[in-house]
Amino acid sequence: MLEFFFLFMIVVAGTGGELCVSRAMKVVGEVHDFRPAALSRFVFRTIRVGWMWIGISMMTLAFFSLLAMLSIENVSFVVPVTALSYAAGAVGAMLFLHERIGPQRWLGVFIVCIGVTLVWLSRR
Amino acid sequence: MKDSPGLHLKTCIFILFIVLFAPLGNVLLSKGMKGIGSARNWAPADLLHIFVRILTSGYIWLGVACLLTFFVAYMLVLTWADYSYVQPASSFSYAVVALLGYFLLGEAVPLLRWIGIFVICVGVFIVGHTHPRTTGKA
Repeated sequence: MLEFFFLFMIVVAGTGGELCVSRAMKVVGEVHDFRPAALSRFVFRTIRVGWMWIGISMMTLAFFSLLAMLSIENVSFVVPVTALSYAAGAVGAMLFLHERIGPQRWLGVFIVCIGVTLVWLSRR
Repeated sequence: MKDSPGLHLKTCIFILFIVLFAPLGNVLLSKGMKGIGSARNWAPADLLHIFVRILTSGYIWLGVACLLTFFVAYMLVLTWADYSYVQPASSFSYAVVALLGYFLLGEAVPLLRWIGIFVICVGVFIVGHTHPRTTGKA
């Protein structure tokens, strides 16, 4: 039962956090200059975006859930099953980030989910 | 929609960083947590004890360093590529994490799990042949 709870937290908080970070990155804009000074300015711009802090908070929650899950199960099982976030991520990206997801990308995400199911079934 | 020069190459390089550092970080975290023990006991004193052991574990900090490297690469790539492209494309890390778990941690990886991981990679291949950006430039 605990495994389901941790998996839920990893998927929901992790995906939600990544969506928030992605939204923050789109606010900051594309990086063209990779010199240290330019990257420092990029970091300062990033930490001033509220979405970034919401995203980091949610990802921290997901991180400690991952640690708890790794204390119970093997990493070769835990990490692949967290790919359940793909379905949530695609839907979230479409609704929250207004990305246009074509049929081919949906097909890829669907096949990834089948693979995750097989990994789940391999659990002993 | 006009792309910046070398958009695909730049995206591939950053996804390579993501695919290498995320699995390595997770394997190091797993090694650290297996040494610390199970978190099944949720009494406050036990939780505090586990938390202190997490903070003082070298494997955990090395894992966090790898995941931070992954996170920086991930943040940078998201400034020009779609989330719905980057997330599936980076799922090659599932194959890498199973390989590292098998070779470094000696985990038993059943055939069905390898098949599942292969299917994940097929999904990744399909996603990888879609355009990195479907929205307008920020």
